[in-house]
Amino acid sequence: MWTEYLIYIFIGIGLTFNGLGTIGLLRFPDVYTRLHAATKATTFGSIFTSLAVVTWAFTQLYLTGQAWGLTLALHTFVAIAALLLTNPVGAHAIARAAHRSGVLPKYAVVDKLEEVKK
Amino acid sequence: MLAFIITAVVTFVTYLILTAGSGNFLLFWSPSEIIMGIFLSLIVGFITRNYLCKSKNYRMLNPIRWLLFIVYGFGPFFFAMAKANIDVAYRVITGKIRPGIVKIDPKLKTDYGITFLANSITLTPGTLTVDVDDNNVLYVHWINVPEGEEKKEYADINKVCGSFPKWTRRVAE
Repeated sequence: MWTEYLIYIFIGIGLTFNGLGTIGLLRFPDVYTRLHAATKATTFGSIFTSLAVVTWAFTQLYLTGQAWGLTLALHTFVAIAALLLTNPVGAHAIARAAHRSGVLPKYAVVDKLEEVKK
Repeated sequence: MLAFIITAVVTFVTYLILTAGSGNFLLFWSPSEIIMGIFLSLIVGFITRNYLCKSKNYRMLNPIRWLLFIVYGFGPFFFAMAKANIDVAYRVITGKIRPGIVKIDPKLKTDYGITFLANSITLTPGTLTVDVDDNNVLYVHWINVPEGEEKKEYADINKVCGSFPKWTRRVAE
């Protein structure tokens, strides 16, 4: 089927961005810039790997006509929605907790939040 | 009472999505599954009726807002998210960063709107929401502050998050 190539493309994009997110964790200097790499890149990559699963499930539904393909696709959609809703909230909570416990951004040109606290 | 009905319906729809493919009554579901789903969603709706609709504000029941939300999710939001990831990939490889925490004032009033905008900002180009104060002013960690922006009291909102406040006003307020 032609969807096979689509699956390869989705997995390729997903793995590339997940890998870049992990490299970003090692390369960036402080908590906040690391959170940039960790949240954005891994959310985006996980969406694309999940889309590969959805494409495969619909292909199997079309080829075999069995209901488990539909179940798998819908459950993966629910997982994508949960990921999109909870990931930014978690990043926000970590960043806020870090700033409250006194971890300042390294090499920062401006820090308005620190000025407010004084 | 309305809060109870909304919570029960949302729970029931989630139950139906999770159990699709269990039979072939009404396309995908079996009758026993549907009866059990109604029973469970009534129980869950009764227990949690005061949490989902805490603000007693029902403007999100309007279907036009759902349509706008879907348009936003697949159009500007997804495009901005793809751009954000390419931008982060560029900064991971080259290491060119100029970080800073700036203030923006999006002039939103409701809690729902500010949550929506903060989540959108976290997932899009080079910005991460750090804190919100009582006047709905957002503190945003920006990975690459342009020259001159750090001296202003409030940063330029178009440079931080583009057209998102406009979309937030359409969808959530």
